[in-house]
Amino acid sequence: MPHDPSPVEAVPAGAPAGAAAQEAKRQRPRLIIRAAGMLPVLILLCVGFHFLSDGRFFSGQNLGIVLQQAAVNTVLAAGMTFVILTGGIDLSVGSILAAAAMAGLIVSQFPDLGGLWLPAAVLTGLVFGVINGALIALLRLPPFIVTLGSLTAVRGLARLLGADTTVFNSSIPYAVIGNGSLTLVPGVVSIPWLSVIALLVILVSWLVLRRTVLGVHIYAVGGNESAARLAGIKVWAVLIFVYGVSGLLAGLGGAMQAARLYAANGLQLGQSYELDAITAVILGGTSFVGGIGSIWGTLVGALIIAVLSNGLILTGVSDVWQYVIKGLVIIGAVALDRYRLQGSART
Amino acid sequence: MSDPILEMRRVSKSFFSIKALRNVDLTVYSGEIHALMGENGAGKSTLMKILSGAYRPDPGGEIRIDGKPVRIDGPLGGRAAGISIIYQELSLAPNLSVAENIYLGREVSRAGLLARGFMQAGVGPMLERLGADFTPSTLVAHLSMGQRQLVEIARALHVRSKILIMDEPTTALSAGESERLFALIRQLRAEGLAIIYISHRMDEVYALGDRVTVLRDGMLVGSLDKPQIRADTIVRLMVGREVSSFYKKDHDPQARLGPPVLAAVDIADGRRVKGCSLTVHAGEVVGLSGLIGAGRTELAHLIIGASPRTAGHVELDGRAVSIRTPGEALDAGIAYLTEDRKALGLFLDMSCLDNINLAVLGRDAKLGGILDRNKARDRANRAFATLAIRAADVGVTAGALSGGNQQKVLLSRLLATTPKVLILDEPTRGVDVGAKSEIYSIIDNLAKSGTAILVISSDLPEIIGICDRVIVMRAGRIAGEIRRTATSPLDQEDIMALATGMEQLDAS
Repeated sequence: MPHDPSPVEAVPAGAPAGAAAQEAKRQRPRLIIRAAGMLPVLILLCVGFHFLSDGRFFSGQNLGIVLQQAAVNTVLAAGMTFVILTGGIDLSVGSILAAAAMAGLIVSQFPDLGGLWLPAAVLTGLVFGVINGALIALLRLPPFIVTLGSLTAVRGLARLLGADTTVFNSSIPYAVIGNGSLTLVPGVVSIPWLSVIALLVILVSWLVLRRTVLGVHIYAVGGNESAARLAGIKVWAVLIFVYGVSGLLAGLGGAMQAARLYAANGLQLGQSYELDAITAVILGGTSFVGGIGSIWGTLVGALIIAVLSNGLILTGVSDVWQYVIKGLVIIGAVALDRYRLQGSART
Repeated sequence: MSDPILEMRRVSKSFFSIKALRNVDLTVYSGEIHALMGENGAGKSTLMKILSGAYRPDPGGEIRIDGKPVRIDGPLGGRAAGISIIYQELSLAPNLSVAENIYLGREVSRAGLLARGFMQAGVGPMLERLGADFTPSTLVAHLSMGQRQLVEIARALHVRSKILIMDEPTTALSAGESERLFALIRQLRAEGLAIIYISHRMDEVYALGDRVTVLRDGMLVGSLDKPQIRADTIVRLMVGREVSSFYKKDHDPQARLGPPVLAAVDIADGRRVKGCSLTVHAGEVVGLSGLIGAGRTELAHLIIGASPRTAGHVELDGRAVSIRTPGEALDAGIAYLTEDRKALGLFLDMSCLDNINLAVLGRDAKLGGILDRNKARDRANRAFATLAIRAADVGVTAGALSGGNQQKVLLSRLLATTPKVLILDEPTRGVDVGAKSEIYSIIDNLAKSGTAILVISSDLPEIIGICDRVIVMRAGRIAGEIRRTATSPLDQEDIMALATGMEQLDAS
């Protein structure tokens, strides 16, 4: 898309200090709005559902449920943020999640190796992610095609792993991460471990994206890949990294699901999770062409999706209508976002 | 003189609190080429956008066409009023044919079906009149930049525009294509069109302009008639001060001419570059001249490993170095400034701070990868100070800066790597006069401090003004070299003779 010549460029270059300072002043509120992003929408949704559900939304128990429901999608969406920031897409995260959960459960059944199921699941995800990344970076294949292929292929592998059956393990080690809670104030405030993991993932992602060289390189590759190459950035390494992260986090998501369910089914687990993850990233204001976005936005996006599901159930909306409303809210929210940021951003 | 075709009276335009245009009066007659000049950000683009209908002027002003007041509303308003604009970045659809582009938005259909034959027949005579060497059914993707411009002009004529605005039309054209365009513009003038010609290039304005209007900081600072058009007058109007020494060359390469720092030996890519060798010494500014398409940028890309070599190698300080990627070139000490800063250089959505530090982030990082943000901010602030980059803060996105400041930001990124060799590809393209002069003194200072500099430029006065030695390329080969001596300065005609080849020169 051609860079739209905005009024910004009409600032006389010869009158620097005054005009430029004014320009910066003018940009600042826009930057703040951009950073706050969808947060107002999230708060509005929460307050709205609270009243519609006769005050049942803001109860400790319900908030715990919302956080827990948002956890796995948050983890997947964090990985997806890395990928979309480079201008790519990862459609295979749902399938990778299933394969990783299967691998984890199978390892957990070995008496001596049981405790290794967790790293096994995460590693499985990493391996698939790196394969995606290598195909995209080294063979220069389009991300959409590569991950569309692995969406199908890895789903098949997930079924193959369990001989197309559901694998159970009611005594899986570390099951606490799936069902336990971290007690902050005994008897008053506790947070599900799943949510703690999700928040940690967001925090680490933020550190990587905003405080490391690699993070700047990710934004640079998404902003202008040719310029990044000329600037000496190893674009291939950045791409393998982001798809590796997406795979690894999908593996972690698989482990979280396995610990929660004590079981995994290669056919059903993680079906269309990639769509929720992508939705969370886009709701969070990350540009679909790469280069612009933040991990906090993604967190807000994932929470919006979880609050919507939870609120619609609380208010007794039928399952069929939940789909319709969710879809419309997503389109409406992004339309609102684009309207607010008109002229300042690329789609 | 006849009545003016276009009159603008007290036209202003403000964006929020910033006045981009203040009480501009512009009068344009039929059958004249009216050159519009001014630094980047002086208000030329804003003025143009008002005429095209993209911006609506502030109330209080008036625009008359053929003596009648008009309101130009929306993108089609300009066209309806008889004004067509040919933008720097051409606005053609490359996947469609010439005829389809000319008829775009006004397609003719017969019984609901596209009347392709009719449309092709309709544009045929016009293309012929313009001297086109392609047919209406040719895909625009297959045309050169010069040919595409012709299609744009045909489109403007096809809607019977009376005023044609051309915004730096020669930026992407070779010398030959530019000459053909000038001939065409003169032909259109003879046919009674009014042409507003926007350009940074003095030679073009000399060659074409019947009148020159200069804008500065949103105000009209002067209109010159043909006999008054002189470079120093125009430059003085544009920058608002006398420009004593526009080109700066204080460094003396003779004083420190040692062994070559950069030597490119028999470089070839099997297509556009056919075995080129050159050397650049420490403290020397070498020009690489030639026509567009001679292979200069391609040669630079081969030297820095941006595209694969089929033959040849690069030596630094007399030792052969292996350079396969631009990253390896930077590590070895060769920095390259791209000619296309928006597509290949800058990250427009990222801050100046990130843009400046990008190449040295790894070098500065703590614990093998954590950003050193203080160091980065210091470096960016220092770059802002030393190169006089004008922006409120190093945190402003690069896309919000003017062309000259963008170029300085990009240059700062290269200088942060403290290169031994600097290859500058069209360092002042799309840069306003004031910043140009500043970039020349930056180059001069770098040469004084011992950097070996290779400047690729299509601007001959620039090459002559700042270089010690000029290497001329023609059709993928080194055609020759001209050295400046105390007695004979570099000569424009010598360079052109080498660039075009003697045979062609004799014929002309």
